[in-house]
Amino acid sequence: MSHIETPGGEKPRHKPSRAPRTPMPERPAAERARDFDEVNLGYTDEQAKAEADRCLQCKNPTCIDGCPVNIDIKSFIRHIIDGEYADGVAVLKERNALPAVCGRVCPQEEQCEVECVLAKKGESVAIGRLERWLGDRDLSCELDERCKPEVGEDTGYRIAVVGSGPAGLACAGELRRFGHATTVFESLHALGGVLTYGIPGFRLPKAIVQTEIEMLGVMGVEFVTDVVVGATYTVDELMTEQGYDAVFVGNGAGLPVFLGIPGENLNGVYSANEFLTRVNLMRGNEFPTADTPVWRGRKVAVIGGGNVAMDSARTAQRLGAEEILLVYRRSEEEMPARKEEVHHAREEGIEFKMLCSPSEIVGHDGWVTGLIATRMELGEPDESGRRAPTCVLGSEFTIDCDTVIVAVGTRANPLLTKTTPDLELTKRGYVVADEHGATSKPGVFAGGDIVTGSATVILAMGAGKRAAKAIDQWLTALPR
Amino acid sequence: MFHIVDKRQLSEAVFEMGVEAPAIARKAKAGQFLMLRVDENGERIPLTFSDWSAEEGLIRFIFMRVGKTTHKLSHLEAGDSLADVVGPLGVPTHVEGLGRVAVVGGGVGAAVAYPVARAMAEAGNDVTVILGARNADLLILEDEFRKLPLRELVVCTDDGSAGRKDLVTAPLKELCESGVLDHAMAIGPVIMMKFCAATTKEFGVPTTVSLNPIMVDGTGMCGACRVTVGGETKFGCVDGPDFDGHLVDFEELMSRQRVYVDDERLADAEYSRECTCHT
Ligand SMILES: Cc1cc2nc3c(=O)[nH]c(=O)nc-3n(C[C@H](O)[C@H](O)[C@H](O)COP(=O)(O)OP(=O)(O)OC[C@H]3O[C@@H](n4cnc5c(N)ncnc54)[C@H](O)[C@@H]3O)c2cc1C
Ligand SMILES: Cc1cc2nc3c(=O)[nH]c(=O)nc-3n(C[C@H](O)[C@H](O)[C@H](O)COP(=O)(O)OP(=O)(O)OC[C@H]3O[C@@H](n4cnc5c(N)ncnc54)[C@H](O)[C@@H]3O)c2cc1C
Ligand code: SF4
Ligand code: SF4
Ligand code: FES
Repeated sequence: MSHIETPGGEKPRHKPSRAPRTPMPERPAAERARDFDEVNLGYTDEQAKAEADRCLQCKNPTCIDGCPVNIDIKSFIRHIIDGEYADGVAVLKERNALPAVCGRVCPQEEQCEVECVLAKKGESVAIGRLERWLGDRDLSCELDERCKPEVGEDTGYRIAVVGSGPAGLACAGELRRFGHATTVFESLHALGGVLTYGIPGFRLPKAIVQTEIEMLGVMGVEFVTDVVVGATYTVDELMTEQGYDAVFVGNGAGLPVFLGIPGENLNGVYSANEFLTRVNLMRGNEFPTADTPVWRGRKVAVIGGGNVAMDSARTAQRLGAEEILLVYRRSEEEMPARKEEVHHAREEGIEFKMLCSPSEIVGHDGWVTGLIATRMELGEPDESGRRAPTCVLGSEFTIDCDTVIVAVGTRANPLLTKTTPDLELTKRGYVVADEHGATSKPGVFAGGDIVTGSATVILAMGAGKRAAKAIDQWLTALPR
Repeated sequence: MFHIVDKRQLSEAVFEMGVEAPAIARKAKAGQFLMLRVDENGERIPLTFSDWSAEEGLIRFIFMRVGKTTHKLSHLEAGDSLADVVGPLGVPTHVEGLGRVAVVGGGVGAAVAYPVARAMAEAGNDVTVILGARNADLLILEDEFRKLPLRELVVCTDDGSAGRKDLVTAPLKELCESGVLDHAMAIGPVIMMKFCAATTKEFGVPTTVSLNPIMVDGTGMCGACRVTVGGETKFGCVDGPDFDGHLVDFEELMSRQRVYVDDERLADAEYSRECTCHT
């Protein structure tokens, strides 16, 4: 094993264990599918240590290249091996403001883990799970004992961050490290963006998100909820009358897309956004203790094949649906959802109807009674490499259901951009920004889903962080 | 937290509230609305600004007690506070250069009609207001309307206990027939807006209605507020709430407003059991 090296020169050489990858402890499907508590339980201390011991501490740690924010994976794992947990957290926080979140929801299997040298044998180090374990360890400490990234000396500059999703949060945390006064404006009453209103608690407990955000507050980030930028203030007003020197736009891509098929406005048809918001943000599952109702269907059809579709199906399950069918246009290999989520959904009893394209929602008395779909077959691969589905003539059939949840994607919400006329947009309404997050408007930076379209938590965070650096450089170059 | 500055009761189930919200007060325009949440367990509900003052940092709205949230709201007093107030949302009502206009306000819709009529009058239009209610007790804001520079205020009640014993569509039709009307605006229960739009359509008088679909966020991110206008799906909160009354699918709107009736009844019944007021 020539690629093992003594890290940092001082520490003793690590002798990796040859044990197989440590499985994630999880609650049994029958139990977890009835409540909103977390499915994965997280490693125990022993399991984390055992898994960390598997890491080869490579001379050339390719895993790091797989991480979009280049976390020093080798180093944080080494700290776990050596029992230096606080140091390990500090390594994570150097690149990632929300490790307990990313450790849970990052598509690790396609990022850091796929680049791990052990992946070739199909047994990569469970980097994400270790990150989660370390992140959770930090969160379980008292606030004053938690890892607090150092805050820079006050620069006198004030920055407004629009949106408290991963992009905005990462940007705000980083701006504080540079010493800029930072205010995050959020249109909803709760912070976290999709982490709060979209991703359900059984995958990402809401308390985890709020506790991670708490640390940003300790770092001096000011949070203002109930402000819709574009309505309460425009971007220009933030920069003039409100006196901000720069603005970061991280308002996500929150506008739900519908299919445009007949019957979509029947009662019982939800966008995934509405359905998930009613449950995650408004706690519809606790109705009537919480005031917001959510329609609890018995037979639910979910249209789509991404994480959002999985989350909707599994949420419907937990609200007591008897039958849930996931209807997807392409085949299972093409489903963009994480494999782990597909696997969990299946275990919990979600049925998959692949290669089916919905053409109409039918109803009676204003309410959904069924979904008409056509079978598809796969043709030649298109530019994206995915094989385009085409209709099989005469193969229409009806799925009986009382609820349809449309989870076929989201778009940019024009509320902010249409009130900021000098902000250059793409044809589809996304903000045009360079690799550092600079937009066409001086002093305005952007990142996350509003630039890339719906992507991932870690990409949004990476963009927020890069933009913070660009903002810092832009401010430094300004004549004082 | 948003502080309640004053509150008054306008009729048995209708209340007006003033709330400190300086950032919102700077920007509010006639026809726009806010979303509020009473407390941490609260639902987000939309209410239209009935008035606002940038100088005092104050917004006002008028609401009718119809279910749990408005019921909770009716128990709050000056000095209490609301968990959340967001706005101003929606597209302001178009008030410029309309000419001779009839503004119809039915029931609590009068609360929305009031700032709209005021803005239209201030913009130099020639405004007639038709106020409707089931009976005199339910009639609200009559005095406030009388203070506006209107051509005329026509009051109608279903039982004749105040003003004419008529539906609001009767005086609206007369105005249409006289051929003087350039524009109509109807705000109130969906069924009333539907009949007003049907009345003016016959005479080709352009008519705006202010729709009240169920909303969650009020900013375009959920689609709960979908309405069909001219065969196209629109989001009530960001594309509206005002739409061309001759193109709106009112049947669909009425059906969509009923999605949660059973839940709403349950929630309010449970709340009423604990609450000591009458209702
Ligand atoms: C159901 C669901 C499941 C997902 N699962 C995963 C997963 O497992 N792994 C993964 O990596 N990614 C997942 N994603 C994608 C990921 O959540 C997003 O890519 C990410 O959250 C984007 O971050 P963002 O900060 O750009 O935007 P968002 O998270 O959308 O945050 C934007 C914030 O801005 C606020 N805002 C919007 N407009 C305004 C305005 N005008 N003024 C003020 N505030 C405003 C919004 O309310 C929101 O809080 C999922 C997405 C969804 C919807
Ligand atoms: C743009 C807009 C402006 C409005 N302006 C006013 C106003 O100025 N004054 C006023 O009294 N009312 C107004 N409404 C209606 C008001 O929002 C509802 O009466 C209120 O939400 C009822 O809530 P509740 O819990 O008390 O009653 P519930 O028992 O929950 O509901 C009673 C009825 O109100 C409607 N409703 C319920 N929840 C919502 C919701 N989240 N969003 C919209 N409608 C809902 C439904 O049709 C329901 O059947 C407006 C609605 C909209 C969409
Ligand atoms: S942030 Fe995501 S990609 Fe990076 S190391 Fe953590 S789990 Fe892997
Ligand atoms: S995680 Fe994998 S690639 Fe990274 S240092 Fe450990 S063994 Fe090497
Ligand atoms: S209320 Fe959610 S999009 Fe209109």
